[in-house]
Formats: sequence, C-alpha cells, structure tokens
Amino acid sequence: MQTPILKMEHITKEFTGVKALKDANLDLYEGEVHALVGENGAGKSTLMKILTGIHQRSGGKIEFMGKELHLKNPKEAQDMGIIIVHQELNMMNHLSVAENIFIGREEKKAGFWLDDAAIKKQSQSLFQKLGISINPSETIGNLTVGKQQMVEIAKAISHNAKIIVFDEPTAALTESEINELFRMISELKKKGVAMIYISHRMDEIQRITDRVTVMRDGEYIGTVNTKDTTKDEIINMMVGRVIYEDPKTESTVKEDAEVVLKAEGITMYPTVKNASFSLRKGEILGFAGLMGAGRTELARAIFGADKKDKGTIYIHGKRVEISSPMDAVANGIGYLSEDRKRFGVAVDLSVAENSVLSSLKKFSHLGFVNSHAVHRISKEYCEKLKTKTPSVHQLVRNLSGGNQQKVVIAKWLIQNSDILIFDEPTRGIDVGAKSEIYTLMNELAQMGKSIIMISSELTEVLRMSDRIIVMCEGRITGELDIKDANQQEIMKLATKREATG
Amino acid sequence: MNDILENIKTKGMQKFIALGALILLYAAFSVFGNNFFTVDTLVSIFDASYYIGFLAIGVTFVIITGGIDLSIGTVMMCSAIVGGTLYNNAGLPLWLCLFIIILVGGIFGLANGIMVSRLKLPPFIATLGTMMVASGVGSIVSNVQSTTFPMRSSPDGWYKDIFRTADNFPTGIFVLIAFTVIAVILLNKTVIGRYTFAIGSNKEAARLSGVNVNKWETVVYMISGLFAGLAGIAYAATYTTILPGAGQGFELQAIAGVVVGGTSLSGGVGSVIGTFIGVFIMSVLKIGLPYVDLQPHYQTLITGIVVIGAVLLDIYRSKKEKSVKIKS
Repeated sequence: MQTPILKMEHITKEFTGVKALKDANLDLYEGEVHALVGENGAGKSTLMKILTGIHQRSGGKIEFMGKELHLKNPKEAQDMGIIIVHQELNMMNHLSVAENIFIGREEKKAGFWLDDAAIKKQSQSLFQKLGISINPSETIGNLTVGKQQMVEIAKAISHNAKIIVFDEPTAALTESEINELFRMISELKKKGVAMIYISHRMDEIQRITDRVTVMRDGEYIGTVNTKDTTKDEIINMMVGRVIYEDPKTESTVKEDAEVVLKAEGITMYPTVKNASFSLRKGEILGFAGLMGAGRTELARAIFGADKKDKGTIYIHGKRVEISSPMDAVANGIGYLSEDRKRFGVAVDLSVAENSVLSSLKKFSHLGFVNSHAVHRISKEYCEKLKTKTPSVHQLVRNLSGGNQQKVVIAKWLIQNSDILIFDEPTRGIDVGAKSEIYTLMNELAQMGKSIIMISSELTEVLRMSDRIIVMCEGRITGELDIKDANQQEIMKLATKREATG
Repeated sequence: MNDILENIKTKGMQKFIALGALILLYAAFSVFGNNFFTVDTLVSIFDASYYIGFLAIGVTFVIITGGIDLSIGTVMMCSAIVGGTLYNNAGLPLWLCLFIIILVGGIFGLANGIMVSRLKLPPFIATLGTMMVASGVGSIVSNVQSTTFPMRSSPDGWYKDIFRTADNFPTGIFVLIAFTVIAVILLNKTVIGRYTFAIGSNKEAARLSGVNVNKWETVVYMISGLFAGLAGIAYAATYTTILPGAGQGFELQAIAGVVVGGTSLSGGVGSVIGTFIGVFIMSVLKIGLPYVDLQPHYQTLITGIVVIGAVLLDIYRSKKEKSVKIKS
C-alpha cells in the first residue's frame, strides 16, 4: 500500500491539568473513509480539533503529505486542505449560500469591493460538479439541514480539500438525505479525498467506511478493517467490556392495564395532524419516525409546551385541559427533553436544586425552602437511581450526560409524575451509560409508571417498547405490537407519505 | 422580477412597513396638527434628524454584529467639546478642529472595539464604561464650562452652511443622504459589510472560516465612533453651544431609530436605509407631537411604545420565517 497522507502519532493534549488525550494515533490513506469511534469523552473530538488547527497539541507528531505539521489556527488547516464538517453546522444563517461558501476568501476587486457575481458562478459550478441543485443566492437559514450540510461539504471541496472530517454528519438527516450524503462521500472517494467519519451509528460505519480506529479514555485502542470486523467487536473495543442487552420480544403490559393517558385528534399546524393514541399503566410506548415526523412536536403539545390547535387529552379517563407545562405537571406528566442542556436541567444549579425544581412547593413553607428536606430527598433519589455525583451539592454542569439524565428523572419522580415522556433519552450519552438508562426505564415501567419514548434509533425503539407508534409528516401512520415489529416494518410506516400530499 | 418581489417579501418587509408608517405619520400630523405642514416644520424635523441620524447609521453596523454601542451619545458630545475647545483656546483653524472631532470619535470607537474583541468584555459593559469615560473627559477638557462654536455672523460661520444655509435651506439632508449612501455601499458591497453580517449571524462560524473576527469587530466599533464624531459636528452646527455632561440618552434615541428601521438586536439582520427611515419616524414624532397639543414629555412615552411595537414586529416576523422553514 502507498504511504499514508496523514500520520498522527502519540498525540497528547492537556487542558489546564486535565489530560484529554494520552496517546492517540491515526493514519489515513488517500481515498479512504476512516471511521473514528469511541464513547463520549474518548477524545475523538479533541483529536480532530488538533488536526484542524482549532486546538494545539501538547505532544506527539503529525505528518501530513510527508511533512511535519504545526498548525496554529483553523485557517492554516483550511489552506492546507484539511477541513472539518461540524456536527452542529457552522453556518451563517442570514447569509446566502454563496456568501457562506466563500466567507473569508471573497472574490474582491481592488481588495475591498465584493464581486458577488463571481462567487455565485463559482458556487454554481461547484454544485454542478457534485451533482446537487441548490440556488447559490438562497439564504442558508431557509434550507433544510441536509441541504445545509451539502453546502458545507461543497465549501470543503472548494478549499481543495485533501482531508475532510465528518463529525456525526447524519445526526439530523432524513433517510434520503443520508443516502445523498453517502453518494457524495463515494464520489469524493473516487477523487482521492481522504475522509474521517465520526459516528455512533454502527450500521453507517459498516456501510461506508474502509477502516475503523477505536479510542477510549483519550487513548488509541486499535485499528481494524471494517469488512473483517463485526459490530460487537467494535463495541467491545470501545467500552472494554461486553454489553448485554436483550431486545424485547413481547409486551410486559398486562392485558387489563388501565389507560392512563388518551390523546384524541391532537393537531398543531403545520407539524402535527390529527394524532390519537393511548398509553397504559406500566407501558413503554415507543414513538418512531424520521426527523421532522412531528413526534417531538406532538409530545410538546401534550405537555402544553406548545399550544395545540385541536384535540382532547384524557388522564385516567377524565378529560383535562392542558394549555401549559404547569397544567401538565399538575396532571402528573413529566417531560424529558431531547435537548437536556437547554430544556432539561439548569446546569449552573446543584443536583439537589435541580431535583426539586418542579416540586419546590412541597419542600417550602411560607416561601422559605426547607433545605434539609431537599437534601434528604435528592440524596435518596441519587441512591435509588445510582446517580454518580460526589454530593448533591455538585453542579449539574460537572456531571456526565447519563447522570444529568438521571437528575432529570429524579426531578419528575420527586414530583410524583406517573407519565414520563422521554424524548431521545440516550442522545449524547455514551454506550455504557445507555444501558443503565435502559435498565432504569424498565424499572420505572415495572413500578407502574407509564413511559412515552421518542427515539430516532430503531434498535432502541425495538429494544425498549411494548408497543410502537410510527409517525410520518405529522400523522400517525401505524401502530405495532412489539412482537410484530421489525426495522423494515417501521421504516415502511415511517415513509408512508400521504398520496395526495 | 420574481426575484425582486421575493427579495422584498423576505428582506425588505419591515423597511416597507417603516416607510409606510413614516408617510402615514407625516400625513396624520399634517391633517390634525396646527400649522404642521410647513417648510419651517420640515426643516426642524431635518435639524432633529442629522445628529441622531449619524449616530444611528454608525451604531447600525455594531447592532448587526450582535453588539451594542451605548457610548455614542456622550462620545458625540465629548468629541465636539474637544474640537470646540481646541478652536477657542488653541486657535486651531476650524477645518482642522472639525477633522479632529471625527478623529476623537474614531479613537473612542477603537477603544470600544479593542475592549469587545480582544479583551472580550461584553459590549454592553464596555460601551457603558466608555459612555461615562467620554462624559467625564468632556467635562475635564471643557473645565465644566459650556463650549461655544462660532456664530453664523463670525468669519468662521461657514460650517453652519453644511447643515443649514442662512436663508433656511436644509443642506444637511443632502449630507445625511450622502453618508447614508456611503454606509449602504459599505454594508452591502464591501468586505467590511460582509463580515459585519457574518459576525452577527454566527461569530464562531466566521472565526472557523478563517475570518479575522477580532479585526473586523474592532473596525465596526470604529465606524460607530467615527459616525458619532460626524454627529458631533452636526450637533455643533445645529445648536452652537455644547454643555458638558450632556449627551446621555441620545444613544437610546438612535438605537430606537435603528430598531424601528428593522435591524434586529440579535444580530445578522439589518439595513442602513431602514435606519434612515427609523430615525425620521422618531424625529417626526418628536417635532410633531407638540403640534397636536401633546407636551414634549409625552414624546418619551410614545417613543417607548413605538420601539416596543417595532421589536414585537421583529419577533413576529422571525417566528413566521421559522414556521415557513418547517413546511418546506
């Protein structure tokens, strides 16, 4: 084989005393798609930030096209053809497509006047080369996430990219957008571009990558050829232990279990259309569907976070009026947002303060908080849920994603919620903590809590749910008992668009 | 043609609403006010718009980057005081003093820019500090005395003609329009403008794209300072006497004009023409209210309501944009 275009050896990185990278290695060949995997906090992102000049390494050696590389800033990396497509797309939403692609290197007349006609033309020919149709004058903010990502890739290519790093590129894409992305990746591969692909999705890694490098705790674990390796082998390398989780094959809900929540004709224009379903005691009801199917919106409408246009909700058979989260909480509904940091926890408050955020009334008298009781109850729930925190006074900011999620669960349990809506419960949580959250959800269901679980990971839906509801474009397109459910069936329903639509 | 219509729909909506509001307002005062519809009143509306207009055009750049400049009001006064004092006490020629006024504004702008971009101070705090510093410097330089610029009758009275001739012709409106055009070109046709929008839209993305964000942010605050200097000249020409310690509150009037003109305080969106219209809405209100027998202090109240209305409109508009996006 030829010599690698990139060689990163024994890279270390320290952030004020914390070792983020201890000994990281990576080599990359021309025209190769190379997966970089590891649990959250394994150091993938840090390594890529060093490669792309955002951070500087503390030690080790980087060789790029046979020369040693010392990058001081992202601009230098770009000029050398090392580009990263960020997970959270870094676009200037108010600017046009062409302006975004050529930001920082505009076509100029006399060094000062912009020549926008030129960059529009160049963008156009760039898109033609890639076989995509996007209007260069369109404002970026008006494009779908998938289209925005294509613009970002086009931008990378316009830099004459030799290496492109994709950081979880498919996290927000629909199925057809993912296919389009993969088509572009194989196109680039033919042109000899080397790509590093960071993802948690094993099936994607198996589909498009040539080799996989695994990292754990800031260290290099190993590199394997994708086609000679199974999914389980890779996961074992990632976590260093065997994860054992049985998918559910049969519903554990009793035949005569009470219907605790019934939603009828919930409509919220334009995202939710006439959705009806019921939830039984002790049930885990999975909501599957593609990005934008309206699942989160439905959940928010039921929780009163957004105003619904139509529909009725019954709790324990009684019709209730829910027009704000306050009403929902009073009716025993708890919502665990997909975006924990924004909507779930107050990161600058302590574990104890977060735990009683919804139920502070219970722990206060005449407006004074009984901190003794707060301390006791939050400690009790930390123990019950096995939350890993040095004390209940620890700031939630300093907890890992999985433990933050547990604090949110504690909050709703203390509030005595018996209907819990989990929106993407394991997003951004590493594999180890994931199975703990799964166990916890099962225990909650056994305790008689009812759970609505929205998840974009089909394996998760199939593993956890007693019953699965599939949505597409705001409508409920099907309902499957777990024993009849499989990936193909769900995907069929998830893409069942309206014929007249 | 379709393209133009689309452009008006998406980008220029608030500008057109603002223009409509301005015309309606002027018409309403003309109908209901006593003697409002006269040349003299129009000239006083212009007079009230020059210095606020310069302040507002300059601060539009800062607001588009997502920042704010609270110092422009006192910087305007301070630079005028410095120029006036040099003229009266050091005997420098007037043209040089006017030039120095702009320069002083630019220096304060540079200081703001360095504090915000390099020292990472929040713009609100940095420019609040500069606001007080400029106010203090003005008082020190003038020794807490008022500074008087030459009268029209004196040999150096020519500078007054820049904004209004002896026979009451409002030359200043052409000066303001000229600088509006310059600002429009800066914002839409040059690198400065592109980076102004880029920083306001997503600063981190701009930085990661290799834009020298620190440099351009500094430039933007300098533009705001330079325009505050221009405003100082306009103020001196219109009102002749500058009181030390004055100037606070003008920045808010200017920012109100910017917001009414459709520039978003969250950054990334804005236009100089909108600001121009917004400033005139404020001036028409200010001059017009007494004509319908409302005392000047009602103006503050009504100004407040107009600003809140404009921001509500902005929020409503961006909400609508979002809902459109979901559908597509």
